[in-house]
Amino acid sequence: MTRVLTVENLNIGFRSEGRELPVVHDVSFTLEAGKTLALVGESGSGKSVTSLGIMRLLPPPPQSRARGKIILHSDEDIDLLSISEARMRRLRGDRIAMIFQEPLTSLNPVYTIGDQIIEAIRSHRAISARKARERAVELIDQVGIPDAAARLTTYPHELSGGMRQRIMIAIALALEPEILIADEPTTALDVTVQAQIIDLLRRLQAETGMAMLFITHDFGVVADIADRTIVMYAGQMVEHGQTEAVLETPLMPYTSGLMRAVPELETAGLNQGELQSIEGFVPNPASLPNGCAFHPRCTHTLSGICDVPPVPFEDAGNGHLVRCKRWQSILENAE
Amino acid sequence: MTAAVEQRAASSTGSDWLKSRTVKRFIRHRLAITGVIMISLITFMCVVGPWLLPYNMLEIHIRDRFTPPLTGDYLFGTDEMGRDLAARLFMAGRISLMVGVAAMLLSTLIGTVIGLVAGYFGKVTGTLLMRLTDSFLCFPQVFLLLTLAAFLQPNAFMITLIIAATSWMEVARIVSAEIRSLRERDFVTAAKISGASHTWIMFRELLPNTVGPIIVAATLTVAKAILLEAYVSFLGYGIQPPLPSWGNMLNNAQQFLDTAPWLAIVPGVAITAAVTSFNFIGDGLRDALDARSDMP
Amino acid sequence: MLRFTLYRLGHSVLLLFLVSLIGYTILHLAPGGPLSQYALSPGMSQAELNQIAERMGLNRPIPIQYLDWLSSFLVGDWGESFRDGRAVLSVISGHLFATILLVLSSSVISIGLGTLVGVLGATRRYSAWDYLATVGAMIALSIPTFWFGLVAIYVFALRLDWFPSGNMYSIGDESFLDYVHHLVMPSLVLALVNVAIWSRYMRSSMLDVIGQDFVRTAKAKGVSGRRVLYGHVIRNALIPMITLAGIQLPMLLSGALVTETVFTWPGIGRLFLDSLGYNDYPVIMGVLMFTAIFVLLGNLIADILVAIADPRVRLE
Repeated sequence: MTRVLTVENLNIGFRSEGRELPVVHDVSFTLEAGKTLALVGESGSGKSVTSLGIMRLLPPPPQSRARGKIILHSDEDIDLLSISEARMRRLRGDRIAMIFQEPLTSLNPVYTIGDQIIEAIRSHRAISARKARERAVELIDQVGIPDAAARLTTYPHELSGGMRQRIMIAIALALEPEILIADEPTTALDVTVQAQIIDLLRRLQAETGMAMLFITHDFGVVADIADRTIVMYAGQMVEHGQTEAVLETPLMPYTSGLMRAVPELETAGLNQGELQSIEGFVPNPASLPNGCAFHPRCTHTLSGICDVPPVPFEDAGNGHLVRCKRWQSILENAE
Repeated sequence: MTAAVEQRAASSTGSDWLKSRTVKRFIRHRLAITGVIMISLITFMCVVGPWLLPYNMLEIHIRDRFTPPLTGDYLFGTDEMGRDLAARLFMAGRISLMVGVAAMLLSTLIGTVIGLVAGYFGKVTGTLLMRLTDSFLCFPQVFLLLTLAAFLQPNAFMITLIIAATSWMEVARIVSAEIRSLRERDFVTAAKISGASHTWIMFRELLPNTVGPIIVAATLTVAKAILLEAYVSFLGYGIQPPLPSWGNMLNNAQQFLDTAPWLAIVPGVAITAAVTSFNFIGDGLRDALDARSDMP
Repeated sequence: MLRFTLYRLGHSVLLLFLVSLIGYTILHLAPGGPLSQYALSPGMSQAELNQIAERMGLNRPIPIQYLDWLSSFLVGDWGESFRDGRAVLSVISGHLFATILLVLSSSVISIGLGTLVGVLGATRRYSAWDYLATVGAMIALSIPTFWFGLVAIYVFALRLDWFPSGNMYSIGDESFLDYVHHLVMPSLVLALVNVAIWSRYMRSSMLDVIGQDFVRTAKAKGVSGRRVLYGHVIRNALIPMITLAGIQLPMLLSGALVTETVFTWPGIGRLFLDSLGYNDYPVIMGVLMFTAIFVLLGNLIADILVAIADPRVRLE
């Protein structure tokens, strides 16, 4: 078990109309080689901002500001939040790579896919164009696209969404990074293509031993790919544990609510009761509710308890963490 | 009909909300407010100015010819015949501003109707009208204007007509693009199903939804029309003396450039100030009407 | 690519047809119509005019007349100048060089300078520089070109005596440097408005591209900031600018006419104005049609260049 990345008390705020709005609060986790950590939540929960914060791809201060520690473990520990932009650039794509939600718009339309893979390689390694091209063919082949050499000269718009996401993966893997951040890589794809991409990512992880941070709002995908799972709500971690533990005995009512909204889990037998969505909306970061951020939408809310801070992130045993004051009584009532 | 009625009710409350937000954004837009203040001052001076000055714009003071600005009673000096430049400037402003606004109204009307018909009746009529619009755009506007001005009798009314006849294309394009995107919306379908006539749908359902872009284009058209009047009048084919316009005041300024540069500078500054005001206001309106506004 | 070019060509031919209809209509607007050519010459009697009308086929149905006019127009028979009887097309081509020289050099200035100002505005968004460039561009857009020319002549020719106040060359000199010396002021004056327009569009095109997902991908790949800017942002932001260059052509020609007048530059614009003064309708019509065809061609070239620069367009 090798830790490759440790995130400690990451806080991210965006500047809006003269003041800073906190969008990520005290997020902490570790990534391990060969393992996948899933970050789950609705849009607006802060999961994508967390991943862009790790890559330092958020707008520069003062528009956004990140505090805390993001430590990349290697021969020496590097705190990504304290190194220069030039040094961060050398790590991006090389040690930490990222793929995105929209394969249709994530590739530059005016360059061939060969050029775009080669650009990634030659941004970090001083190798000849011919060597880089050979490596690009190898990568295209590795992500399961037939006739790799011929694909070098095709343009993104000539490929389907699934194919383009495979190319994005090829670009991300070009320099054999230790960490791959995948920000909802399957959300924009058809269900069958989704499954193929998940399979591909699992196979590539087995081959390369990279750590994966997988961002999604879909528990079906979580069950397929993640070793550990973090559920985020309103910029906070609200549940964190082994994926089986979180899926089998979700302790936070928000987690169970999210799971009830997923059709796939129903057929997998993990989801009891009918399919339903959670009432209401994710709160605006400018006006978070007092106490538990989820309490206005929660069916288990008790006033005088849930709306009173602080709400600690408690260990419920076996490293299964939950941010809910009532998790024990809810669990007992269910039994 | 109920669906259409409901839709209109909904869109009217929607536009009230839009209005208040739009007005707020416009007032916060520093350039736009600068433009409003500038053009108000210019208009005020043109309307009231001639009464406040000691001289009439046609009075000739041959002994005072080429008096530099701020000398004696002459605020902006005098021209080659000793006429008070300030009096001429303000009277010319009345003409130039009136031609600009009238040409805008007319060209916006033409452009809106053509754009509306072209956008609404897609297919053959629409394509043909838009291609016609495109082909009008192939002619450089000043060349077209001068050709028409040379063939016709140039007076203020005719110049207004000609400017309008050569400036409607942009509005037509904007309106037809807007209409084409609106045409397939639910409320139009609802109106069609309920048996509303084409005219009703075009003018009562679609047109109100394109008012924003039309207002922006119209404001910028005033700026362009003032410039165009200046161009043709400067070249001698626009408003004819003795009626002064900002453009024809510059007509013979070039020959006295060395001895009396103020003859060129004063009307030019007036044109630039008026056109800048309308451009500022147009920019402010565009930002205020556009939710994606990116002005600081 | 071939199919695209053919499609665009077809589109241009259709537009040319419409342009010719407009041109023919205006020709008939001329006092006396096509006959005006003869009506103005002294000692022409009505009987003789009727005879000419007969000979020219003016009593035939209008569509036939139009087709007749169009076919001779297409083969380059654009009529003869009233002033000296020379063929209109050769009169025009005699003034072409001066206009092309002016328009081209001013385009180079405005595209270069406008791109620079636009890129700086977008990369330093909301800075004092950006604000200054925004306001400056809007004022520049509002300055009448001819007046700016007059002010430039007053300051740089009459007061400072750095540049000549007009003409394309000094008689007896005509060296390359002499041409350049004469070209500086008119091309800068003509460029002013276009720098303003180009910089505004470049800025907003840049901002559109900066927000695109593929720019984030390039950054995530670890591509250097400079390469992201040049290879991805500017490269893509320039594509719509090619179309803009085509759209701006008519404005550029209008500006050239005014600039040529102020600087007594012997180009198409001056020819046009002189012909207006002489009621030389065949030349007036010829120049009008010539500019329209010039614009049409410019747009066709812009369309093809866009297709070369953007692989997505080629397929449509």
